[in-house]
Amino acid sequence: MKNILELKNIGKKYQAKNGEIEALKNINLKVQEGEFVSIIGPSGCGKSTLLSIIAGLEKQTAGEIYKNGEIGYMLQTDSLLPWRTIYKNVLFGLEVRKIKTSENEKYVQELLKKYNLYEFKEKYPSQLSGGMRQRVALIRTLATRPSILLLDEAFSALDYQTRIMVTNDIFQILKNEKITAIMVTHDISEAISMSDRVVVLTNRPGTVKKIHKIDFEMENRNPINCRESPKFSKYFDTIWKELDVHA
Amino acid sequence: MREKNISEERKKYLRQIKKNKILVVLTRLAIVIVFIAGWEILANIGVIDSFIASSPTRIWNTFINLSSSDLMMHVGVTCLETLIGFTLGTILGIAIAIVLWWSKFLSKVLEPFLVILNSLPKVALGPVIIIWVGAGMPAIITMALLISLIVTVMEILNGFLETDKEKIKMAQTFNANKFQTLTKIIIPANIPTFFNSLKVNIGLSLVGVITGEFLVSKAGLGYLIVYGGQVFQLDLVMTGVIILAIVAAIMYQAVVITERIIVKRS
Repeated sequence: MKNILELKNIGKKYQAKNGEIEALKNINLKVQEGEFVSIIGPSGCGKSTLLSIIAGLEKQTAGEIYKNGEIGYMLQTDSLLPWRTIYKNVLFGLEVRKIKTSENEKYVQELLKKYNLYEFKEKYPSQLSGGMRQRVALIRTLATRPSILLLDEAFSALDYQTRIMVTNDIFQILKNEKITAIMVTHDISEAISMSDRVVVLTNRPGTVKKIHKIDFEMENRNPINCRESPKFSKYFDTIWKELDVHA
Repeated sequence: MREKNISEERKKYLRQIKKNKILVVLTRLAIVIVFIAGWEILANIGVIDSFIASSPTRIWNTFINLSSSDLMMHVGVTCLETLIGFTLGTILGIAIAIVLWWSKFLSKVLEPFLVILNSLPKVALGPVIIIWVGAGMPAIITMALLISLIVTVMEILNGFLETDKEKIKMAQTFNANKFQTLTKIIIPANIPTFFNSLKVNIGLSLVGVITGEFLVSKAGLGYLIVYGGQVFQLDLVMTGVIILAIVAAIMYQAVVITERIIVKRS
C-alpha cells in the first residue's frame, strides 16, 4: 500500500518574549492509506501542535511534509454553530470552500440518512445530545470528502458511556468511507482500541519514542470487542510504562 | 412543554408562580400610587411648596396645555435627534470595531487614544462642537454620537475578540479566509453583543441629545426643561422630565422587542 502522508524530520520552535520553546523535534512518520494511527504522549508534548502542522494551520520550523490527499480536521469540541440548523452546520465546510454543489449537498443528505441524523436536520445543535453533536461534526468534516482525517482529542468532551459509543460509531464510519485517520489522544485504551498503530511521543521537545503495531488477530474488530482480547491489557501495560507518568 | 394531565403539585407550583407575579405588579402599582397621592396631598396641605416642587395636578395641567400647543413638536425633535445619533453611532461603531478587529496593528496603536476618549467627559467638548458645526441640530447629533460611539466601539470589539476560539479554529480547518471568518463566525456569534450595545446606546444617545439641547437648542425636551428652569416654572421642568422618562422607556422597549423578533432561538 502506498503512503498517503509522510513526515520528515518535523521540528517546531515557538518564539516568546521570555525565550524559545522547542515543541517538536525530528518527527518521522509514514502513514499508509486506510490506516488508523494514534499519537499518544504526556501532556504538553506537542501532539496537538503536530496535528495543526499536518493540517496546515501552523507552519513547521524544520522538516518537510508530503500529503497525498485532502485533509479533514476534527477538534476537541464539536464547535457546531448554535445559530445554524444541523443541516446548515453540516454544509458549513462546503460553503466556506465554495463547493456547495447540488451533488455535494446530495452526498451530505446521504451521510445524514446513513448515520441516523436526517430527521434532525432542521433542529438546532442545542436540541441534540453530545454524542449526536459529535456525529454531526464528523459529517461536517466528511462533507468535504477528505481522504485523511485528523482527530484532536475529539472525544474528550464526552462522558465515558457516550464516548465508547461515539468512538465505535466513528470507527465504523471511517472504515465504511475508507478514510485514513490520525488521532491525538491522552487516553491509552482509546488509542489501542481504535488504532492499527500507536505512536508514543516523548516529553517536550516531543519526538517519536516508539511505534507499536496493534493487531488483535480477530475478524470484524471494533473498538468495543477488541477490549475483550487478552492482548489489549498487554498493549496497555507496555504503553503505560513507556509513557513514564509521574503523579 | 404542554401536558394534558397536570399533577396537583404542578398546579400548585404554577399557581404560586402566578400569585408571585401578580404580587410584584400590584406592589409596583402601589408604590406609584402612594408616591403620586402623597406628593399631591403634601402639596395641597402646604407641607411641600408646589412652586418649587410642583404637584401631580399642576404637571397634568401643564401636560394638557402643552399638548394643545407644541409638546408633540418638542418630543418629535428630541426623538429624531436621538434616532439619528443612535443610528450613526451604531453603524460607525460597528464599522470601526470591524476595522480594529481586522488590523491588530491599528487596534494596538489606537488603544490608548480610545481609553482616553472613553474616560473624557464629552460634554467638555460642547463649546468646540458648537464652534465647529454650528449651534443647532448638527451640534446636538454630534454630541449624541460622541457620547455613544467610543463605548460602542469598545464593547463590540471586545465581543469580537472574545468569540469562541474553537469556532474560529473550526472555520480555519476548512481554510476560511479572514472575511469568511468575520461574516460566518464573528458577526453571527456577536448578535447578542450587538443588542446589548444597542440597549446601552439608546440611553447614551438620549443623554447626548439632552446635553446638546441644554447647550444650544431652540426645541426639544432638553430645551423645554432648561427653559422651564430659567423662567422658574418647575411645572414645566417636571413635565419635561416625566415625558423624557416615558420616551426613554419606549425606545428601550423598542430595542428589546426587535431583539426578541430577530433572536428567536434559545
